[in-house]
Amino acid sequence: MTRKISFKTAINEALDLEMTRDPSVIMLGEDIVGGCGAPGEADAWGGVLGVTKGLYAKHGNRLLDTPLSESAYIGAAIGAAACGMRPVAELMFIDFVGVCFDQIFNQAAKFRYMFGGKARTPVVIRTMVGAGFRAAAQHSQMLTPLFTQLPGLKVICPSNAYDAKGLLIQAIRDDDPVIFCEHKNLYSAECDVPAESYTIPFGEANVVREGKDVTIVSYGLTVHRALDAATTLAQKDRIEADVIDLRTLSPIDWDTVLESVEKTGRLVVVDEANPRCSIATDVAAYVAQHAFGALKAAPQMVTAPHTPVPFSPSLEDLYIPTADAVVAAVGKTIARAKAA
Amino acid sequence: MNPNIVPIVMPKWGLSMSEGKLTGWLKPVGAGVVVGDEIIEVETDKIVNVVESSAAGTLRRIIGENGKVYPVKALIGVIAPDDVPEAEIDAFVADYATPASEDKSSDEAAPRYEFVDTAFGRLRYAKRGEGDNVILLIHGFGGDLDNWLFNIEALSAAGTVYALDLPGHGQSDKVVSEPSLNWLASAVVAFMDAVGVQAAHLVGHSMGGAISMRAALDQPARVKSLTLIGSAGLGSEINGDYIEGFVGAASRRELKPLLEQLFDDPALVNRQLVDDVLKYKRIDGVEEALRAVAGGLFRDGRQTSVLAGELKASGAPVLIVWGESDRIIPAAHASTLGAAAKTEVLPGAGHMVQMEKAGRVNELVLDHVSD
Repeated sequence: MTRKISFKTAINEALDLEMTRDPSVIMLGEDIVGGCGAPGEADAWGGVLGVTKGLYAKHGNRLLDTPLSESAYIGAAIGAAACGMRPVAELMFIDFVGVCFDQIFNQAAKFRYMFGGKARTPVVIRTMVGAGFRAAAQHSQMLTPLFTQLPGLKVICPSNAYDAKGLLIQAIRDDDPVIFCEHKNLYSAECDVPAESYTIPFGEANVVREGKDVTIVSYGLTVHRALDAATTLAQKDRIEADVIDLRTLSPIDWDTVLESVEKTGRLVVVDEANPRCSIATDVAAYVAQHAFGALKAAPQMVTAPHTPVPFSPSLEDLYIPTADAVVAAVGKTIARAKAA
Repeated sequence: MNPNIVPIVMPKWGLSMSEGKLTGWLKPVGAGVVVGDEIIEVETDKIVNVVESSAAGTLRRIIGENGKVYPVKALIGVIAPDDVPEAEIDAFVADYATPASEDKSSDEAAPRYEFVDTAFGRLRYAKRGEGDNVILLIHGFGGDLDNWLFNIEALSAAGTVYALDLPGHGQSDKVVSEPSLNWLASAVVAFMDAVGVQAAHLVGHSMGGAISMRAALDQPARVKSLTLIGSAGLGSEINGDYIEGFVGAASRRELKPLLEQLFDDPALVNRQLVDDVLKYKRIDGVEEALRAVAGGLFRDGRQTSVLAGELKASGAPVLIVWGESDRIIPAAHASTLGAAAKTEVLPGAGHMVQMEKAGRVNELVLDHVSD
């Protein structure tokens, strides 16, 4: 049965269903129980934003509150995965990855390769990404491109509750390390989600709107900005946009992107990450190389500026790509085509 | 108000539809129309389809604009005989108020779909209309109650209409403990028990037709009549590649061309339709359930149960409807029962004839089930 639930509830439900289905699924993280051993633990907080609330009451000591040491518990999760468990580790904010990066990129990402395909590392690292939460430069970054750089990691960043649940269940069942990025400003966004377990395969983008004039590619929160822009473009200028939600960044669904650009001839990529060596540059470069003949104008990129995330709320609001910026970028692809 | 003035309104297709996009006028203003003429084309988030005229006369006003979205029951155009004065038509248009969507007020209180617990698991269903004359709609393999999108409202003119999701399908429990017609027919009877229906007219599409036949043979007192639409159970041929492909399809790319085989006009299969089927197929247990049912009923590209002979002997009142260009079960099966059934093969329709030729199918069924 299907009902409307939030992104946050969808994540909680996916974890609950997989912990119920598979006893090898365990969780580690800072405050995911909410103060182990404290009175009232059944009703404990459940993570900094309450995503894991209630899971300790159901699954007990299969949830482990860890010391504030990402180096230790991310490493422990990866080691447990190599030894046959399916750990889901919560790296509270992706910004904290620096102190455990060796464990992720030099260990987890390499095991399958270094052991001749014999080692499996079915670990999921859930982590909050993105700006707009008034949490300043060290708790707000969109660091997805750091991980797509690395072969051996799967990188996921859903834009809605339905995808979040299906992709997280897929991530837990996957035999490779998965970096699962949750945009904290999407946590309260609701949509129709089945109560049952279901999976969404990695490497399949979602075409969230169909149009013939321009292709807008995005992922995570900015998918919604792209959709707002598409609505404005259709109403004001009768420009119909194809909007593609990548959903999974590694592996990435090049076929869907190319198919769309071959239809529209125009590409705008919207990425909340900083502009250099980002998902935006990756998609723009790939399309330029593989569909150059189809392009009627230079690909446009709408990204955050090359600065840290500002603490000033008014500056932070300008930092994340806006729908207006997407509309303007689409305008550039059309204007150039007209001029040519 | 002049009763000869008939509004053309945005239709309500399915329980969840609240608005639709007008995508084309199929008649110019001033054109003469008869009942059943295709007047406008409408796109919803589920499907594209045409609206047929419910009256004869002249298309006097074109109000809806191409490409614009209108709420359900909004005025799109006006049909009236030539002798109705212009002023009366203008007054009709000026006075027309779009009725408030019934879903909006009752959204919180009454769910759009209901669930009932049976020995065959929790089953989802929809109910429309009222009265003792009960019509039960049974979808086909891999389908769900939304396959009756264009029928459920219209058929409620004859009484109470139920449409259910079979076990393993739609939003019913994904458990098919015995993949046989007997088991599925027993599930249908259990559903009737659970919702308190003693006897019903069964309308079955495809596999749902074979299930209806089995139910009628096993429990004749519970089945008032049968309507078999593009039905299984009347011959052994079936498109095995479709069945195999549908069960295995894991992506939009694989699924879309398969779903297109269901329709005479493949353009009817839009993104949302494919996405909805994909979302269903990705639920844990669905692939196993479908594989089991396919193995039980459609093994090696043949139908394992042909009930035509038994049914003929039973003398149950039967209506058979088929889409002429059905690519799943050949339309030739429509004549299997000969004079023992009323038979209609509709051109310009494929396997999903109840969607593609909804107006005509509704007419035929209403005529068949009216007591």
